[in-house]
Amino acid sequence: MPYPISLKINGRNYNVDVAPDRLLVDILRHDLGLTGTKESCSVGVCGACTVLLDGQMVSSCLLPGVLVNGREITTVEGLAQNEELLPIQQAFIDHGGFQCGACTPGQVVAAKALLDEIPHPTEDQIKDWMMGNICRCTGYYKIIESIQAAAAVNP
Amino acid sequence: MPEMEYVEPSSLSEVFDAFDRYGEDGRLIAGGTGLINLMKQRLVQPAALIALRKLSGSLGTITSENGSVRLGALVIHRQLEASPVVKQHIPLVAEAFGHVATIRIRNIATIGGGLAHGDPNLDPPSTYLALDAMVRIASRSGSRDVPIGEFYKDYYETAVQPGEVVTDLIVPNQPAGAGTAYIKFLPRTADDYATVSVAAVVTLSADKSRFQDVRIALGSVGSTHIRATAAEDLLKGRQVSPASLKSAAATVAEAVDPLTDVRGSGDYKRDMAVVWTRRALEQAVVKAGGKLE
Repeated sequence: MPYPISLKINGRNYNVDVAPDRLLVDILRHDLGLTGTKESCSVGVCGACTVLLDGQMVSSCLLPGVLVNGREITTVEGLAQNEELLPIQQAFIDHGGFQCGACTPGQVVAAKALLDEIPHPTEDQIKDWMMGNICRCTGYYKIIESIQAAAAVNP
Repeated sequence: MPEMEYVEPSSLSEVFDAFDRYGEDGRLIAGGTGLINLMKQRLVQPAALIALRKLSGSLGTITSENGSVRLGALVIHRQLEASPVVKQHIPLVAEAFGHVATIRIRNIATIGGGLAHGDPNLDPPSTYLALDAMVRIASRSGSRDVPIGEFYKDYYETAVQPGEVVTDLIVPNQPAGAGTAYIKFLPRTADDYATVSVAAVVTLSADKSRFQDVRIALGSVGSTHIRATAAEDLLKGRQVSPASLKSAAATVAEAVDPLTDVRGSGDYKRDMAVVWTRRALEQAVVKAGGKLE
């Protein structure tokens, strides 16, 4: 039975009617057309579907939309402000932090959450935080370098 | 099949109303990380989801009371990891929570959900067993406390009956001067379920030469988490030495009944349960101030 929910996504309010088991990743991609968020493993392991829920990273593939009714979601589309990339996004470009790009939205969103919580992470902290974001091109060193470069411009 | 229904009770009494209405076809959902995976595998197909999110005010708090820490069922994993009360009184539990899956999951999953899920591979329950925790379960007729040792019944089966909801976990403070360890054998990836996991709580005599009290619990070694009581009994009163740890750990082989799966054969896990029990005890002894030459 469709249930009305409202979500604030990337600063904009959305009202949608969703089935109780409709998952946030499907609401974003299929109901709202926000296809930046990717789905891969569908069981909360790979990190491709990472979004921020009130600033904290979560797996949107395990989260029914009804459970986040009224809350604030940030997806990869919401990172750049006025067409200007965040330092973490620019760093992924400058340091080759991706190859095929399938995992990149999840990587960038997870890295943003890391730098919000720990502005100057050690390499071990980066590895621990990013451990759940899998890159099948195995570009992990470049991802770590990208995050370190973005951290370097943090105050 | 009729469309799934959804309700958000705002009190326990309304939760019980929802139980009356949907019976066993209505499933409680807190964070959903456990239930949604079961639904994706078609192992559970609820007629209704009964969400507990509106109870997070009353059931989402951590308090220190009477020598114990009371954890509300809707406390989120990362909230517990960061709690000063938990770090002060039951740091072993905070340590185990830091090993659960990934931060993404720990930002959503609740401790009550983890309890009711009854999955023998989860990290925290070994620490609950090693600290003799108590699960508070409410129903229309009142609440009851179930010792954690009687809570886990079988694979994904707990003492929670139809019409009941887990409301709190009460964990006694770690004994003063105790050394503790939670270790997890992860041959595949850092966010995986353990191949075997061990929690140990060790209290030594004043001169640190003998074991006063020992609690050992294991995960991923059978249909439920278990206490290794034979190993505990063997150590109590005995001299602290590598030999005593080794002989106690050897008894764990008889206590476990691991399933063969992608994380190893049953025989391999049995051998690893012995090795990792010894290692957990070594760490706990050293943290308690004991010496192992």
